[in-house]
Amino acid sequence: MTELERNERYNKYVEAKIAKTHAWPSLFNAFCFGGIICVIGQLFNDMLLSIFPTMATQSAWTLTLIFLIFVASFLTGLGVFDKIAVYAGAGTIIPITGFSNSIASPAMEFKNEGIVFGMCAKMFVIAGPVIVFGTVASIIVGLIYLLV
Amino acid sequence: MLPWYEYLIVFGTGGLICMIGQILVITTKITTARILVLFELIGCFLAAINIYEPISAFAKAGINVPIVGFGASLAKGAINAVKAQGILGIFTGGIASVAGGLAAAIGFGFLFGSLFKAKTKKF
Amino acid sequence: MKDLECQTVFFKNKPRIIGNYSIVGPKEGKGSLKNYFDYIMKDDMFGEKTYEKAERKMVEQAVMGAVYNANITPKELNLFMSGDLLNQIVTSSFAARSFDVPYVGLFGACSTMAESLAIGACMVNAGYFNNIACATASHFSTAERQFRYPLELGNQRPPTSQWTVTGAGCCILSGKGNGPIVTSATFGKVTDWGINDVNNMGSVMAPSCASTMIAHFKDTNTTPDDYDLIVTGDLGKLGSEILIDLMEDHGYKLGINYNDCGQVIYNGKQSVLMGGSGCGCSASVLNSYILNKVRAGEYKKVLFIATGALLSSTSTQQGDTIPGIAHAVVIEHFEEKIINTSKKTKGRK
Repeated sequence: MTELERNERYNKYVEAKIAKTHAWPSLFNAFCFGGIICVIGQLFNDMLLSIFPTMATQSAWTLTLIFLIFVASFLTGLGVFDKIAVYAGAGTIIPITGFSNSIASPAMEFKNEGIVFGMCAKMFVIAGPVIVFGTVASIIVGLIYLLV
Repeated sequence: MLPWYEYLIVFGTGGLICMIGQILVITTKITTARILVLFELIGCFLAAINIYEPISAFAKAGINVPIVGFGASLAKGAINAVKAQGILGIFTGGIASVAGGLAAAIGFGFLFGSLFKAKTKKF
Repeated sequence: MKDLECQTVFFKNKPRIIGNYSIVGPKEGKGSLKNYFDYIMKDDMFGEKTYEKAERKMVEQAVMGAVYNANITPKELNLFMSGDLLNQIVTSSFAARSFDVPYVGLFGACSTMAESLAIGACMVNAGYFNNIACATASHFSTAERQFRYPLELGNQRPPTSQWTVTGAGCCILSGKGNGPIVTSATFGKVTDWGINDVNNMGSVMAPSCASTMIAHFKDTNTTPDDYDLIVTGDLGKLGSEILIDLMEDHGYKLGINYNDCGQVIYNGKQSVLMGGSGCGCSASVLNSYILNKVRAGEYKKVLFIATGALLSSTSTQQGDTIPGIAHAVVIEHFEEKIINTSKKTKGRK
């Protein structure tokens, strides 16, 4: 038996050994938390539009996102967000709250390494790819629209 | 205010998107950064092929609040800016359309990062 | 001259452990061994500004505690050997600043406690040094931010992951005095069975542990039944199950006398998934529960195998598989009849 075969066999064995946990509770949690966050966003958006009926739809949505980002950053600061996320999983990651948390959490974490190279540089360890991919994708989409 | 069943649609679609994400987390051990990028690019793609608008009209916050909406804004912004400004729009459109969310995330991140300290996980 | 195939060294001059001390964080302090630890921190900042500083202070306190427990003065220490998980083992070397003692820094990831004990025993046995402090520490928050994600990031831990123990342990090895003796040590080989999942350390370390264990049983001509306790460092639940399977393949049956520090340190209600890990895991359990029981004579002969996964965040990002290592040390109960020092037994806290 070569080393490669042994490793392959061992990997398969370990894979089979890992106790299968029921996925349903975590899927249910993700569904509920994700849904609730979206409903909160919708409620805030409707409230905005009822208070300022002249507001443009796009501006209202941007303000809604800013509101959710604020709440998520604040909860991250209080140390509550990660406790909710243990139950919610993707339910808190995929809404814009996850993006906000991924910026606020390294900012808090790496403060001890200094403001410039600690907090500000490390702020984007997780969110950086999101911004880079988003920007590049938007440039590509723009380019395609210009050409066709 | 919207009728109650509209909120139910928002809840259902938002929940569904998150549940798909959770399925990915469980089956592929995908990390937070990758999952955010993936859903953002899905949003970009949906907007680029012009089917994001009808979905958004139906699901409202159910798709606007997930990071899918963030990606869609990037693509929509780029398309609109290209229509209005031509070649310059390629570069200005995307970021300008998400400037609010991006600046808020960085600003609040900086603020709460300076104010609070990271605490150990309890579980 | 020793047999070239043999991985085990035997100590004829009875190097002994004359003092030990353990210090753990608040979470470990609620676990099933809470009555055995010498000191339980109230919060894991330990009065310091950063988690890294807290970890250093833990090492310092562990060394001072062990020196006090051994009834010697800090001046009588001849050598300080220590290791930890952080880059460039800063915890150990920075803690060594506070002691006016020659220092040897070791790195064996989570296997460092056994590694330092084995090398220390070699030195004491050879008569080069008399009193050697062997210490290791790990801290959940420093390990988490170095190897994984920021603490406040809302992510779920994969079901196979383990919880890095906040804890430190130190024991004083000496050529004379009273205490459990180290009779032999087996140095392990680095093994890599192709696992590259950073959240599944147990399966990385189980083959290394099996390899060291088999070498040990062969070299010493013993079987698992010859030991009152066989304890592995931090394989966790999954790793222990794999180890039992691997050992059975080689004809060794690990029975009721087998246990794993990572599994016993927390109680069932604490959500730590597969159990504890980190240098502090084996160090704090060895220097509290195990050594006290050996000293009291409840265990006559203990095989202590600490296991380590030798990874860095760079190597995992580049997709490399993770090598593992394990070192084994045999600790036996011993009472010198001639010397009649009434060493006070350690009281429970």
